[in-house]
Amino acid sequence: MNNLIILPIIFPFIIGAILIIFSKKHKLQRVISGVASILMLILTIYLAIIVFQDGIIVLEASNWPAPFGIVLVADMFATLMLLLTAIISTACLFFAFKTITPKREKFYFYAFYYFLLVGVNGAFLTGDIFNLFVFFEVLLLSSYGLIVHGGTKYQLRESFKYVIINVFTSALFVVAISWLYSVTGTLNMAHISERVAEMEQTGVINIIAMMLFIVFATKGALFPLYFWLPKSYFGPPAAIAALFGGLLTKVGIYAIIRVFTLIFYHDVEYSHKMIISIAAGFTMLLGVLGAVSQFDFKRILSYHIISQVGYMVMGLGIFTPLAVAGAIFYIAHHMVVKTALFLFEGAAKRVTGLSDLRQMGGLLKTHPWLAWLFFITAISLAGIPPFSGFFSKFPIILAGFQEEQYILAGVALLVGLLTLFSMMKIFGFAFWGKQKHTEEQANINIRKLLVPVAPLVLLTIVLGFAAEPVFQYSLQVAEQIMDPQIYIDSVLKE
Amino acid sequence: MRNSKPNNMMIQTAMRFITIIVFAFSFYLFFAGHNAPGGGFIGGLMTASAILVLYLAFDRKKMNKAIPIDFTVVIGIGLLFAVGTGIASMLFDYPFLTHFFDYFHFPFFGEVELTTALTFDLGVYLVVVGAAMSIILVIAGDDQ
Repeated sequence: MNNLIILPIIFPFIIGAILIIFSKKHKLQRVISGVASILMLILTIYLAIIVFQDGIIVLEASNWPAPFGIVLVADMFATLMLLLTAIISTACLFFAFKTITPKREKFYFYAFYYFLLVGVNGAFLTGDIFNLFVFFEVLLLSSYGLIVHGGTKYQLRESFKYVIINVFTSALFVVAISWLYSVTGTLNMAHISERVAEMEQTGVINIIAMMLFIVFATKGALFPLYFWLPKSYFGPPAAIAALFGGLLTKVGIYAIIRVFTLIFYHDVEYSHKMIISIAAGFTMLLGVLGAVSQFDFKRILSYHIISQVGYMVMGLGIFTPLAVAGAIFYIAHHMVVKTALFLFEGAAKRVTGLSDLRQMGGLLKTHPWLAWLFFITAISLAGIPPFSGFFSKFPIILAGFQEEQYILAGVALLVGLLTLFSMMKIFGFAFWGKQKHTEEQANINIRKLLVPVAPLVLLTIVLGFAAEPVFQYSLQVAEQIMDPQIYIDSVLKE
Repeated sequence: MRNSKPNNMMIQTAMRFITIIVFAFSFYLFFAGHNAPGGGFIGGLMTASAILVLYLAFDRKKMNKAIPIDFTVVIGIGLLFAVGTGIASMLFDYPFLTHFFDYFHFPFFGEVELTTALTFDLGVYLVVVGAAMSIILVIAGDDQ
């Protein structure tokens, strides 16, 4: 049943619309959104299994045949991303129940939340590049709503920059798309891929490719366009910051991987091995240096998003099945772990009331569960075995050495070390040492906050111990996306 | 009898009349859509402007009593209409958003083309009315 793959888009859409209608009843909103997110989780698991077994599913919306109408394409990569999105959005939502005040809930928090998911899921599923832009806009508009949600002074100031940079890149996105359309005469990604293959990727096509790269790199926070991220993610409450940190930049990365495996894969020496690899190296290094220099829980985590994004793009830059599989595994690992870390930050803030590490300390003694769960997640992020961080970095770096990209692989290793350093800095300052919060604060019970995060921690452990099957799956995903003919054939049915 | 706002009578009487014309034209535009210029978006905007001139002529309190609708709810209903059209085609095993149309003969109107796109357009119409009105009313109520 092809219509199945529209469900991840329209289901949150319907829920969002219903939530607008019931915006003043916050109890009802919680019930609706909670149940809906569980249903989303089940749906995406089912979709992932179906696509894994039966191959790519294509839906021609409105019954217009491809390449004239808009197609939705669910391949293994897209369904994996849908599943990850559902997992972390569920975790963040249940965390939000405990942390977002009813006053904020009344201002369409859950409606924005679900429209954000509409945009994200749509961006993963669409097979039409203009439609990709549309879903990016849906996602961004909702994210504007969420990032200023609550309307503190800091949020208003920083989200203004967030809005400006995104509006600018969206404009650039349209320019790039229209240029691509004028050259290839089509908007269907499979069809574009075919035409680009006929024309050979030179001159103007390369320029369009780089424009699209710049657009997605800004959304995905790559060097040198990541400057907007740390400050704007600092403002919103933990549940939103966690969702953004886990999800939004990865949509940009998804788009980069999609476009540079499906369409612009003919000039690998230039686009992948040079531009993308250099961007990846600098992103990793500068991101982690930013994290090392910070003394704030949330800011460190925000800078880590940047450095981690570098690994994913590095996998694409090396462009062997092993490296791309590593990148996909890394995305899975990162989305889970990063969300968990941001939520731990929210829990720690609930206790201490601050996020400045120098004024925190001794959480280990008063809140051992928080401390040890954080510890597991932190060393997983840094890439210590047996957690998922190690097994996802390993193939990327291994592929780097195989392809004789010694500098890039060396940088990746160094970045791993610095990540460990800055994570231990958080642990050392906030959890070890003398207790700096009051006795009253020490008695705050945050068990309930840890419940939605614990499954994520469990997942990073499982991804680590079950690395073999997960990696095999990633490898299959990588092989599927690195053979564009599979995608083209299933869309254009030739 | 002292009236603090002597101008209001003129504008209120005129607006009652004008609003009907604007409303009628907005419905015409709404139904003209699909094959001719018009449609849900432009019809919705025109309706919003018709409601807005009423808000101009009378004050907000009176209008809120006359139209006791929360316009943000209208957005939600409109979205459901739009997506509902898509889902309806799914129920008959067609791809999402597949549209159907046929010609019907009505007394007085003659032959009319009825499309399922109309319900989608109705959704758009409601969303536009709701969004335009809530934006304007929120900004207008900002100083209170």
